[in-house]
Amino acid sequence: MTLTPAEVASAIEQAHHQEWAYVLAATARVAADLDLAEDCVQDAYAKALVHWQAEGIPRRPGAWLTTVATRRALEQRRRSAVLERKLPLLVPDPVDNDPQDGGTGMFPDDRLRLVFTCCHPALSQESQVALTLKLVCGLSSAEIAKAFLVKEATLQARITRAKQKIAKTRIPYHVPRVGELPERIDAVLDVVHLVYSVGSTAKFGDQLSRPDLARRGLDLARMVHLLLPDSAEASALLGHLLLTQSREAARVDDAGRLVLMQDQDRSQWDGELIAEGLELVEVALGQPPVGRFGLLAAIGAVHAEARRWEETDWDQILGLYDLLLARWPSPVVALNRAVAVSYADSPEAALEVVRELIEDPALATYPYLAATHADLLRRTGQWQAALTAYEEALTFTDNAVEAAYLNQRLDELRSR
Amino acid sequence: MVGKYLVMIYDNEAKWAEAGPPAEEANHLRHQEFAQANGAALRGGAQLGGSDSATSIRSDGNGGFVVTDGTFVETKEVMGGYYIIEAADMDEALAIAKQVPSPMGGVEVRPIIN
Repeated sequence: MTLTPAEVASAIEQAHHQEWAYVLAATARVAADLDLAEDCVQDAYAKALVHWQAEGIPRRPGAWLTTVATRRALEQRRRSAVLERKLPLLVPDPVDNDPQDGGTGMFPDDRLRLVFTCCHPALSQESQVALTLKLVCGLSSAEIAKAFLVKEATLQARITRAKQKIAKTRIPYHVPRVGELPERIDAVLDVVHLVYSVGSTAKFGDQLSRPDLARRGLDLARMVHLLLPDSAEASALLGHLLLTQSREAARVDDAGRLVLMQDQDRSQWDGELIAEGLELVEVALGQPPVGRFGLLAAIGAVHAEARRWEETDWDQILGLYDLLLARWPSPVVALNRAVAVSYADSPEAALEVVRELIEDPALATYPYLAATHADLLRRTGQWQAALTAYEEALTFTDNAVEAAYLNQRLDELRSR
Repeated sequence: MVGKYLVMIYDNEAKWAEAGPPAEEANHLRHQEFAQANGAALRGGAQLGGSDSATSIRSDGNGGFVVTDGTFVETKEVMGGYYIIEAADMDEALAIAKQVPSPMGGVEVRPIIN
């Protein structure tokens, strides 16, 4: 049976999505150089296009690609050894601790090393995010630049700088030692959370979300959970993201308008994602002390368990926000807690909290502060002040769907 | 293969002045303990004179020099000492650097390029 070019292309696309991290991670260890590894993996995918057409799709595409990419990496290294490289190489593990079988029976799964190297705390978080999307997810510089609304040249320079820092400072290609592990896992989870958040609510554009990026975030969370099955926080993050994602279809109505959680048709929530998410939350909460993502996931679980908005257990949500704020204080958490106060206690009580937050320079241009303030003013019947606050929120909002929601509120207030 | 790193100790001098000689003596002891615990990795190190003893030299762009009194960059925390360490990789270097006593500030780690 001969394959059509379309079938081959689709197999390669699937292998790109599912196997990129695995192939690159294994190749990077052999190449001892991230740039070389990337080139070799790109080359292996190009070769696959020709070979798979002629010979059929291999039973284990990831293993096929890894064989081709690592072979080329070895050739290149031999050649460059003759040329005497100037740049220091990626520092390998002196001892190959636990070379686990990655399921192919051929190559150990090196994806954890890759993730920890990309998310090393000596790199800035924006570099960590860019490197993770490039090296772990296999996105192009152009795609990443578009997602973060920066020029492609800027993004490329950021990635080059990060790779140079890895080489110059000898950031190692290994899984951190046990003592450093919790802190290092936190850095990885922060990056994954950020990728999902940027995808889940787009800061700009005419769509509420960027589903491609949100899916990358979910895939990353799944991968990290799979690779670190004992980490309660990794379970919690995946649970948190699944519960958030479960509401995706209900967030926008047929006309493309934003639907707040209180007005969402809960039959549109994805029951499978909720079930999986709740199970993970339970696992995470069963391993105290509960971490930051454990608390966020628990809040998501309270929402998921309410069959109707009116049945939401706001006292419990407020309690969880109190714990979150006490241990991991941040103005954004404080603002979300204020929303919980408005339902657990009263909008007036929440307004007092928000008035204090308005003084915080960290939130000066945060669109949800003005929007939350406006909603609370509206709920307490302070129409004129609400109008001003909605107008202010509008000036900080670059997302067309969110802007349309704010405009709708403004129209309602103006016609009073 | 190992790499060398410079660990620069940055301190707030005003805080040291406030704390007085007993605090400095205690800090000396802590540095001795650090040096003993990490002797195998240490390749050098010293305490520096205070920023009031610093002299900076800049090129005047015409082949000459401008010599001025004071540190090169004026900051609240100034470099008060350094260690040169040898480590297998950045993680090992950071683990050692975290042990360097710097109660009135912190440290900066830089790789030494061969």
